[in-house]
Amino acid sequence: MFHLTSSELVTQVKKEIQEMSVHQLREELARNDVTLVDIRELDEWAQGKIDGAHHIPRGFLEFLIEMIATNRQTRLALICAGGVRSALAARSLQELGYTDVYSVAGGFGAWKTVGYPFGIPRVLDDAQRARYSRHTVMPEMGEEGQLKLLDAKVLLIGAGGLGSPAAIYLAAAGVGTIGLVDFDVVDASNLQRQIIHNLDKIDLPKVDSAREAIAKLNPDVKVIGHQVQLTSENAFDILQDYDLVLNGSDNFPTRYLVNDACVILGKPLIDASIFRFDGQVTVYDTANGGPCYRCLYPDPPPPGEVPSCAEGGVLGVLPGIVGSLQAVEAIKLILEIGTSLNGRALQYDALEAEFREFRVRKDPHCPVCSEDPIVTELIDYQEFCGIPHLDAVPA
Amino acid sequence: MPVVRIPSPLRRYTDGQSKVTVTGATVNQVIDSLESGYPGLKSRICDEDGQIKRYVNVFVNEDEIRTLEGAESAVGDNDEVSIVPAMAGGASGR
Repeated sequence: MFHLTSSELVTQVKKEIQEMSVHQLREELARNDVTLVDIRELDEWAQGKIDGAHHIPRGFLEFLIEMIATNRQTRLALICAGGVRSALAARSLQELGYTDVYSVAGGFGAWKTVGYPFGIPRVLDDAQRARYSRHTVMPEMGEEGQLKLLDAKVLLIGAGGLGSPAAIYLAAAGVGTIGLVDFDVVDASNLQRQIIHNLDKIDLPKVDSAREAIAKLNPDVKVIGHQVQLTSENAFDILQDYDLVLNGSDNFPTRYLVNDACVILGKPLIDASIFRFDGQVTVYDTANGGPCYRCLYPDPPPPGEVPSCAEGGVLGVLPGIVGSLQAVEAIKLILEIGTSLNGRALQYDALEAEFREFRVRKDPHCPVCSEDPIVTELIDYQEFCGIPHLDAVPA
Repeated sequence: MPVVRIPSPLRRYTDGQSKVTVTGATVNQVIDSLESGYPGLKSRICDEDGQIKRYVNVFVNEDEIRTLEGAESAVGDNDEVSIVPAMAGGASGR
């Protein structure tokens, strides 16, 4: 049988593919003329990478290249350490139908030798790589996506029914900073649905109970507890440090307050509410052209007209479904993948086992998010909702 | 005939039914048909002047009627009307 030596193979392959010098690569990168794919292994990539390069290790190249180059005519440059693996890889992509593929002659070594700039990429540590492997193996996520989650700061309004599953899943997913706003303490009646708390935490502040639970789950996550009632006075201070906000509050004044603060600060809001067997979740992202809570609900109901969960009850599992949907939307927004619920209300009817979707349109006359808003600062939301101030109630 | 989706807080008016069949070619007519079949329901959807309450959303299929023709929005025989009042439930102690 006829054999090729490995060097004969490389010589033959190089005749069948096109090569590009590091000088040409640099010029084409500067003009955005080429898509650069670094096919080295992770440990090599971690030592240094060219700015703008995508990273797909050689072993996955054929399977993942379409994530980066859907079009077979895309001009691609493949780079490895010395220009050999990239030559073999270029031939493989030609077989897949890519017509404008180049192997970078001399590879990353040549790039470094001539003194062109490179950076040290941030990568996951070994423990993180093991913990998040089911995430990073997905092309939509990868290590890059996981690093985005670790850098993200998400604020949860309420560490209760909706906040519990959302906090647990966001923490497990590696969202690096989770803020919790809740002034309450854990009560036995919470445990039917607020699964982040447990019997040992009765009478402890919910933010402390949640912090302990998250610390045992994932040490990567920093939990910031805000054990206060959210008010018009403190809302901006609390919200401004976060990338996005999940609302799981149980009352209308806080819902309108959080909405208005998010609109004014330009923060995406993932709003959800639950009652008995019904749940609803929506993304309000006015900075990206979406509607706000007031577009859907311009006025609050009169006090007492709409019962709370304390009065009307709620199925304990329901916030598990709806709060988890909020967590999914948060991760999608952080990674900028998929289609968010921006402008759509998703309703879940547990009794009928049905999901339905409604359109939420931007109100051109919305007092908060229209082009000419009437409300430009936070107002008195107790008064807006017709609720007498505590100090106004006779003893 | 159109079907109306009843949210769980209002199902005590409909003997627990989540979907009821009504008559009517507009949202107003559908609400009147609801009231004749299930007395008391209209007062939970409309105010004393018969206007739909601002914190109650009524959808014909996927669209809120304020983005259509309001209470005069057309309702076809195969359409689904959903009544969705504002809900606040989530966590106490926010």
